Amino acid sequence: MGAIRFSGLPISTVIREDGMHPAIQGLLTIAIGVSGCVGYFYLSNQFVDKILFPARGPNAGRNINRANMIRPWLFLLPAMLALGVYLAYPVFETLRLSLTDRVAGGGYEWAGLNNYSQMLAEPKFWEAMRNNMLWLIVVPAMSTAFGLLVAQLTDRIRWGNVAKSLIFMPMAISFVGASVIWKLVYDARPPDQDQIGVLNAIYIFFGGTETHTWLTLPFWNNFFLMIVLVWIQTGFAMVILSAALRGIPEETIEAAILDGANPFQIFFKIKVPQIKTTIMVVWTTITIVVLKVFDIVFAMTNGQWETQVLANYMYDKMFRANDWGVGSASAMVIMLLVTPILIWNVRNARKEMQ
Amino acid sequence: MSELKLTDVAKTYGPVDVLKDINLEIETGELIVFVGPSGCGKSTLLRMIAGLEKISGGTLEIEGQVMNDVPPAQRGIAMVFQSYALYPHMTVRENMAFALKIAKMPAAEIDAAVERAAQILQLEPFLDRLPKALSGGQRQRVAIGRAIVRDPKVYLFDEPLSNLDAALRVATRIEIARLKEAMPGSTMIYVTHDQVEAMTLASRIVVLANKGISQVGTPLELYETPDNEFVAQFIGSPAMNLLPGKISQTGETTTVTLECGGTAVSAIATTADDMGKNVNVGVRPEDFQQTDSAPIMEGVVDFTEALGEVTLLYFAEQEGAHAVIAKLPGIQRNLRGTTVAVTAVPEKVHLFHNGLSMRNRS
Repeated sequence: MGAIRFSGLPISTVIREDGMHPAIQGLLTIAIGVSGCVGYFYLSNQFVDKILFPARGPNAGRNINRANMIRPWLFLLPAMLALGVYLAYPVFETLRLSLTDRVAGGGYEWAGLNNYSQMLAEPKFWEAMRNNMLWLIVVPAMSTAFGLLVAQLTDRIRWGNVAKSLIFMPMAISFVGASVIWKLVYDARPPDQDQIGVLNAIYIFFGGTETHTWLTLPFWNNFFLMIVLVWIQTGFAMVILSAALRGIPEETIEAAILDGANPFQIFFKIKVPQIKTTIMVVWTTITIVVLKVFDIVFAMTNGQWETQVLANYMYDKMFRANDWGVGSASAMVIMLLVTPILIWNVRNARKEMQ
Repeated sequence: MSELKLTDVAKTYGPVDVLKDINLEIETGELIVFVGPSGCGKSTLLRMIAGLEKISGGTLEIEGQVMNDVPPAQRGIAMVFQSYALYPHMTVRENMAFALKIAKMPAAEIDAAVERAAQILQLEPFLDRLPKALSGGQRQRVAIGRAIVRDPKVYLFDEPLSNLDAALRVATRIEIARLKEAMPGSTMIYVTHDQVEAMTLASRIVVLANKGISQVGTPLELYETPDNEFVAQFIGSPAMNLLPGKISQTGETTTVTLECGGTAVSAIATTADDMGKNVNVGVRPEDFQQTDSAPIMEGVVDFTEALGEVTLLYFAEQEGAHAVIAKLPGIQRNLRGTTVAVTAVPEKVHLFHNGLSMRNRS
């Protein structure tokens, strides 16, 4: 893995000097990685079966049982190691860092909860908290509502699948790419020039006299940023909810028709209640994406004009102010906010699977 | 005036005819059963009456009013689906009350209607349960209850018992028969592929085949005087035997010389014009009896099935007699491999010419 990632960096020129083509380098890495995995599972199982607990001799039966008790752990070990190194360790290290301060010239000193109190005293942090709450309410609600609407409306029409593909397409665009697109939508030129920003163009067309730099209008600019994420996440919500809608037994809908329900009653009283758990899973999944939102704000306003959010605040502290203490403290806040929703989401998803 | 009337009703899917020339009148209080082989359009016809499928041609009248373009809910019908189609997120009570709530009936009346239906169907203990906490038979009762509360003119049942196991099917069948008796004024249309259900429940059976109605009649009419070979073989189990032959004597009774060598005498009258016509002689397996005199059929018994109350004899195939089956009463031992001669009384011998019965020619 490491080598593949490096091949994109300037280091690859070093490899070129060795005379090895990057593609060959990549293939070689894959070959080594895969054979390494196969080798690990084969050899570790052989070791347990043949050397540690051989299935022969006076204790053959006992040995087989013991080997079988160990075997699941052999298979789990690589995953647990990877999770430990890349997930569990960073969490605890971040917690530790949030309780320390960097000392000029290297090293650190113990800071207790100072970083947290410093952070809580900053208006920018509370602005980020407020904005995150706004995002949290608006984006999942709108994405899920639009997704459900599109899923229902495209269900029975012939070109429904084309419409769905178009609406799903933003899912394939990176957040930064989407931000660039929407920055163009919000672009402003002097009123007497041709507008390249669609929003200003429409505004002028309908009689606006001056153009607006939409992203600098405090408070409302938050919503202009949110629309980008709604635009992306609607596709996701639509795909999942469309599958759920298809899963509703046709007879229950026919029974409702015979019972005299009109299309709205069928939708809200028969269909939506039957896919309630899916709606909640979609809602919470988007909620988690929203809590971590960073790229869009970073690329479009960088938290200026009162659009700061927690993740961008963390980035500001960590990499611009070089304050690992407050940066880590804000990371802990994000984690604390995400965890309950995450647990709830996993539970719901499991319940739905049963 | 009839409760429900179908006139020249047809159903087409694009260029494909599914049903055509359906003419049927159903009187108030009847329990009509649609039977037919799978794919004959019996469920489609029911769904057309319900309004879930468009009627491509002809008219549907309920109580004298043309219903072709009336929305399903205003046709005065209620339907019970094969898969119950209960709303999974509503309790039994809410399931039954849904239609009435949609119709904006006062809450007190809804409660009364639900309680009454629950009492008829013995669903009172389950009113506050969700459908998933009910057994298959209970779910089916809720589905019926959902129809009862609407007090429809016509009840439609779409294979309501086919998702139940054998024992429950018999019990629920009897329950439906009781329910029908308790509501003598209600009209029911019942679709099934199970001829036992058809024979036991129906006041009249409609046999559907070849895109149309093959015959309409009471269960015993269909059994005793089938109009055509299809109905003859569809009703009754095992199916009626058909033996090809030529008419050799006409008159009050008709004698047919069979290709398998036997002679059959039928109580159906024929005229001199019929002399020498190729016909199929139909005899139900249970109408055969062993004989010493001139038999309809004589052959080697290839295989027997002893069921205790009856014994089924499967004759070895021979020219002019494919897969002939005789059902003899009681236990008949040691017949396998022997040659057995069977005949039937003339009243039980059917004659078919070109697939149609010669009994009711005008």
